[in-house]
Amino acid sequence: MVEFALPKNSKVGTGKSVKAPSGSKRVKAFKVYRYDPDSGKNPTLDTFEVDLDQCGPMVLDALIKIKNEVDSSLTFRRSCREGVCGSCAMNIDGGNTLACTKAIEDVSGEVKIYPLPHMPVVKDLVPDLTHFYAQYASIKPWMQTETPAPTRERLQSKEDREKLDGLYECILCACCSTSCPSYWWNGDRYLGPAILLQAYRWLVDTRDEGTGERLDNLEDPFRLYRCHTIMNCTNTCPKGLNPAKAIASIKQMMVERRG
Amino acid sequence: MPQAYAITDHTFDVVVVGAGGAGLRATFGMAERGLKTACITKVFPTRSHTVAAQGGISAALGNMGEDDWRFHMYDTVKGSDWLGDQDAIEYMCREAPAAVVELEHYGVPFSRTPEGKIYQRAFGGMTTHFGKGQAQRTCAAADRTGHAILHTLYQQSLRFDAQFFIEYFVLDLIMENGECRGVVAWCLDDGKIHRFRAKLVVLATGGYGRAYFSATSAHTCTGDGGGMVLRAGLPLQDMEFVQFHPTGIYGSGCLITEGARGEGGILRNSNGEAFMERYAPSAKDLASRDVVSRAMTIEIREGRGVGPNKDHIFLHLEHLDPKILHERLPGISESAKVFAGVDVTKQPIPVLPTVHYNMGGIPTNYHGEVVTLKDGNPDHVIPGLMAIGEAACVSVHGANRLGSNSLIDLVVFGRAAAIRAAEIVKPGEAQKDLAKDSAEPALTRFDNIRNAKGGTPTSAIRGKMQRVMQNNCAVFRTGEVLEEGKQLIAEVWQAWGDVGVTDRSMIFNTDLMETLELDNLLRQALVTMNGAANRQESRGAHAREDFAERDDETWMKHTLAWADEAGTVTLDYRPVHTYTLTDEIEYITPRPRVY
Repeated sequence: MVEFALPKNSKVGTGKSVKAPSGSKRVKAFKVYRYDPDSGKNPTLDTFEVDLDQCGPMVLDALIKIKNEVDSSLTFRRSCREGVCGSCAMNIDGGNTLACTKAIEDVSGEVKIYPLPHMPVVKDLVPDLTHFYAQYASIKPWMQTETPAPTRERLQSKEDREKLDGLYECILCACCSTSCPSYWWNGDRYLGPAILLQAYRWLVDTRDEGTGERLDNLEDPFRLYRCHTIMNCTNTCPKGLNPAKAIASIKQMMVERRG
Repeated sequence: MPQAYAITDHTFDVVVVGAGGAGLRATFGMAERGLKTACITKVFPTRSHTVAAQGGISAALGNMGEDDWRFHMYDTVKGSDWLGDQDAIEYMCREAPAAVVELEHYGVPFSRTPEGKIYQRAFGGMTTHFGKGQAQRTCAAADRTGHAILHTLYQQSLRFDAQFFIEYFVLDLIMENGECRGVVAWCLDDGKIHRFRAKLVVLATGGYGRAYFSATSAHTCTGDGGGMVLRAGLPLQDMEFVQFHPTGIYGSGCLITEGARGEGGILRNSNGEAFMERYAPSAKDLASRDVVSRAMTIEIREGRGVGPNKDHIFLHLEHLDPKILHERLPGISESAKVFAGVDVTKQPIPVLPTVHYNMGGIPTNYHGEVVTLKDGNPDHVIPGLMAIGEAACVSVHGANRLGSNSLIDLVVFGRAAAIRAAEIVKPGEAQKDLAKDSAEPALTRFDNIRNAKGGTPTSAIRGKMQRVMQNNCAVFRTGEVLEEGKQLIAEVWQAWGDVGVTDRSMIFNTDLMETLELDNLLRQALVTMNGAANRQESRGAHAREDFAERDDETWMKHTLAWADEAGTVTLDYRPVHTYTLTDEIEYITPRPRVY
């Protein structure tokens, strides 16, 4: 009988606890995953109480407030703070999303914050996304054409352009891929929902002429077919996109081209 | 130096710092031309702030009606309030249509006209026939044009053999006898120090919007290249010109594109009046950004603001067809919902002029080469150094940038820098050894800050700086308020001496990184305030209530500002280029700027 056990260093201990300043009326507790690569010690869950009357509405506002006022060593990525750059993807209240567009009031009770699941952690809430980015590059996500380009723009009807809606808006935050059990188990070879959504973005672009080769590249038991329509990807996407549908469409293209 | 840092050495033909629109366009343009190219960026490329550009990219394609690059040039010159260099403006506007077609060929998912051409919308200050009609010149991918372009440029860069150093923070330039020889960088991921030797360093580090308390700019917009240039003893140009975007969401400061007004949106005060008609009878809500921001500020000041505190303005879109909103403005519809709780099909968006763009920056010529005033020559080229994008001041935007002219600036001058680089650098050309201690000044500063044990946290000093800039260097300015601002910002510079960092780690130490970024911001805040106090006229975004008129006789010149380690700012000037590049268009002479 195979015994399953988590690696020793994956056990999360209890960390420090910081109270809200006295006199705070609307206190919310944030439980934040901490990992210090220098000490190499097991990660901990630190508790920070925040006075919501002195804090912006989003989870990112609370993290920034904690970093500014309580613990400047708290580490997370952030940039645009308006949901378009994809930096602050993390696991909040059990779901993967962007800290900058996740309202604190939408979480009942304590706000638990972990890094994106099942990725190596560099420090605190910063996951290592190197492999995810390499997979993106592997699908050759650029326009491929044989026909010489016209001197002006390539024409594309409004209807054909509409096929890209729901695809081109992807911000590569990796929320979907890191919510996918199939990607957790086979992420080394399975491309995962984010990258497959991108692959489909090029497959349906009427200007692109690399369809055959793109499909050849995906025709693989791992790269594409590890999707088992679990649908976590679509449920979690902070931009409201539907990677599961894109993957289903690729599978359909595969069937159709076999005739 | 208290601690010896192990250094990893690299040699490249070219090193590009920054991976936004300009940095990426330059990077693959150089790699394409056979140059061994490195791109060093503190964030993964698609996180760069170009991603947040919404409304579009300007180019006189004429897809929606008659247009000509000369009309575009006239508008840009007028928008710049005659502070822009007309040779550079001609270059940008003339190259713009080809640059946008190139982007389309790369795969940018532009919105389309019924004929299948690139869709173009109306934008502020964009006219036909030299001010006579309203142009539709701004090429759009819904209201996510920056996102679409940045992702496409990153995709293109994957095609070429450029080497990316992602999540590396560049500390300083390596200067040797007035020449730039490379950079020193800190790798966040493993904490190692790297030294890059190159024939050419290209700064594409963006603006420093975060010097202000409320900005549409991302947290990462800390103008790192500008900080490096000041520390290298070189000047920045026209830093007093800071653009306030009329429509930042009240509270959060998130951007609502000018394209919202381009599609028919209207600003109204507490009386429900479409007040822009009074300030700009002909262009109305599509007047230039500085004009609209001032009008809104006056409305609020005179008691006609909206909300419980009468301190903002409403942008109305609910009269527009919901189908149009869904097709052309889906992104801001979402932002308004998330950040203001507003359904744009039913309610107006609360907005306020918000810091958005720096017209000033590192002075360059239209090839992207950094210039300075040396021995009386105002166009002296610094060998080995280029700057492009918002980090640079070419100057195409002069005293006020027109909406959708920044994205075109990025790709046109990113490409221009690549073309120039191929002319002046031979692939694999031998490079002299760097001095052994060439990284030492950068590392001494780094080490001092890393071990700073002062009593004031970074966030406290940053907060002070942001409030001083917001209060004393805003939409309207007076000599008195600016003089006070000079004093206050000098006090913040003094407080910087007492900064304390608590995280001493080398690995992904964002406490340290924010402190290094604050160093960059603070130097630029200093020169901005001093430049503003010095310029005794009103031009573009610089509106002095005590000098309400533009004064071409005295002030049609670029400000150059140096800042030393004591925080002392020295000012001088460069003449505005009052000539064009070719004889296909004549110099556009200064005239009153009315919209």
